[in-house]
Amino acid sequence: MRNLSTRRRHPLAGLVVVLFGLVLAGSLYSAFRPAVADSSSPGTDLVSAGRKLFVVGCATCHGLNGEGIITKSDTNYGPPLIGVGAASVDFQVGTGRMPLARPGQQALPKRVSYTPDEISQLAAYVASLGPGPAIPSSSETDVSNATVDQIVRGGEFFKTNCTACHNFAAEGGALPSGGYAPSLLNTTSRHIIEAMILGPGQMPVFDDAVITPNQKRDILAYITMLKTQTQYGGSNLGSRGPVTEGLWGWLGGMGALVTAAVWIGNQGVRAGKKRR
Amino acid sequence: MSSESRPRIPRTPDSVEAPTGTDSHGDDSLLLAGHNDPIPDPGLPEHEYRPTDVDPAMERRAERQVAGMFILASLLIVAFCVAYFAFSPSPTGQTFHGFALSNLTLGLTLGLAMLLIGVGVIQWAKKLMTDHEIVEYRHSAASTAEDRDEALVAFHQGAEESGFGRRALVRNSLIGSLALLGLPAVVMLRDLGPLPGNALSTTVWKKGIRVVNDVSGAPIKPQDVEIGQLINAEPALFFDEKNADGTVTPAAFAGTDLQVEKVKAAVIVVRMQPEDITPLPSRAGWGVQGILCYSKICTHVGCPISLWEQQTHHLLCPCHQSTFDLADNGKVLFGPAARPLPQLHIGTDKDGYLIAMSGFEEPVGPSFWERG
Repeated sequence: MRNLSTRRRHPLAGLVVVLFGLVLAGSLYSAFRPAVADSSSPGTDLVSAGRKLFVVGCATCHGLNGEGIITKSDTNYGPPLIGVGAASVDFQVGTGRMPLARPGQQALPKRVSYTPDEISQLAAYVASLGPGPAIPSSSETDVSNATVDQIVRGGEFFKTNCTACHNFAAEGGALPSGGYAPSLLNTTSRHIIEAMILGPGQMPVFDDAVITPNQKRDILAYITMLKTQTQYGGSNLGSRGPVTEGLWGWLGGMGALVTAAVWIGNQGVRAGKKRR
Repeated sequence: MSSESRPRIPRTPDSVEAPTGTDSHGDDSLLLAGHNDPIPDPGLPEHEYRPTDVDPAMERRAERQVAGMFILASLLIVAFCVAYFAFSPSPTGQTFHGFALSNLTLGLTLGLAMLLIGVGVIQWAKKLMTDHEIVEYRHSAASTAEDRDEALVAFHQGAEESGFGRRALVRNSLIGSLALLGLPAVVMLRDLGPLPGNALSTTVWKKGIRVVNDVSGAPIKPQDVEIGQLINAEPALFFDEKNADGTVTPAAFAGTDLQVEKVKAAVIVVRMQPEDITPLPSRAGWGVQGILCYSKICTHVGCPISLWEQQTHHLLCPCHQSTFDLADNGKVLFGPAARPLPQLHIGTDKDGYLIAMSGFEEPVGPSFWERG
């Protein structure tokens, strides 16, 4: 104890005390926190667990029973979730779009706030509110055995239905009023299929009756091919087309040439001496 | 008389030889002589030497640099040849961070080799080649009086000897044949035609043609279309059709005809809440339960539009940002488009599939000359 007391004025002493306090508080919290959302324990009812999560995290905007909240000006504070289905929860919560950080032009993907188990509980609860699209099965999103035929057909569907907003290379693009269509290259296969079924935000719906699950899987195969294809022409500069390439050509290429020319012209070091 | 005979001036103006004779240098001699010049010509400043001129060590260093660049370039050229055979350009060839190794190495080696040769040559010229100042004088642009006189004499002599002015028959027939040379050009312009006729004003849509999903050719039932749905559609004529008895009716168009008709007939089918739609009185009932069908071709310059915002009912053209409100008869909300998007009157056939109830009532796509 003598050692401790002699070091109490050490510059790092305060830091150590704070750390100790934080660790203690954290351990106490984890020891005594209320046990929520642990679906690993046998016999947990997904729907009732999801209901608990929903009341805490979603009901503020979507209403205690997912009925939605209408504002005085007759717009949605949070839209009703009856009939949106499990797929909608899996997409909105699984990509971090929900819970919404703040209202805006569109819900932005961010760090996912719930664990996969919690998301499936929420999905089970919302699905129980009314019939809606289910989360696609793994066979609907598996493109590991896609043939060239399927990729080509998927490409035709992609170019007809998706490229207008998401860009021919699935890099995404700008939309009116500050909105944007996100890049699809970092989106999981399941979320892409769900987005087509649901039409989240301003995105149109492409339901299974018009573009069949097989055709959706072909589109997915094409996007997967886009992600993995070898770049023969060097860096694609974000696949934004002639604008970025022109910018690079003029600023990068011509700029480098002009800079080099000016530099060469200035290389005129003189010795200030006579020849011996 | 040629302009190459400019004097090359050594470093001090004393030794400049004034150009002589009736030359093209104008007043150069006056300037150089300094006569009547209120400010005396200061001449060229004294030459300053480069480090490589005065220091043999620097000179050897520059020499090594230049030779080093050329040798490195040679090595890279050899590396290019090696890479050509070592790496396959096929889709299954090696890759490096997503880039094709073949293209990457070929480009880098040859590009760097040529760059090094260029940089080496510049370095050689800047550091090692002879370094002295040169004065070049401006000359008047006109030829000398003698040259001009000589040319005129030759021209008049040619005109006299050819008899161009004398032999009117020969001259006029030549002028006539030359004038007729313009005629073949005009005749060949005919092949730019034939005139489009009414092709710009018409599409293949007419009453009874099914509206089908583009690419797959699948017909569309209204109950399969959800609120917020977008379907990029085409007339059923463009797709092979399976009949009930198992036979296949081939598409009515093929090849170039198909492409020509397809670009004009492309439509989009959207569904929105019926109460959101505010149709013109003449267009009430043009949709089916909130499902509306519009031309996909922008009325500005004809880009295919399908940026559909399902919540605002706005359709945006990606080319020039023309925005159409499909809930309000395709009205232009923003952008350079001058006309609303043409709407197709749709209904359902006896099997319950979406069909056109008439063709487009106005030309689709951009304005053209005859349309005003």
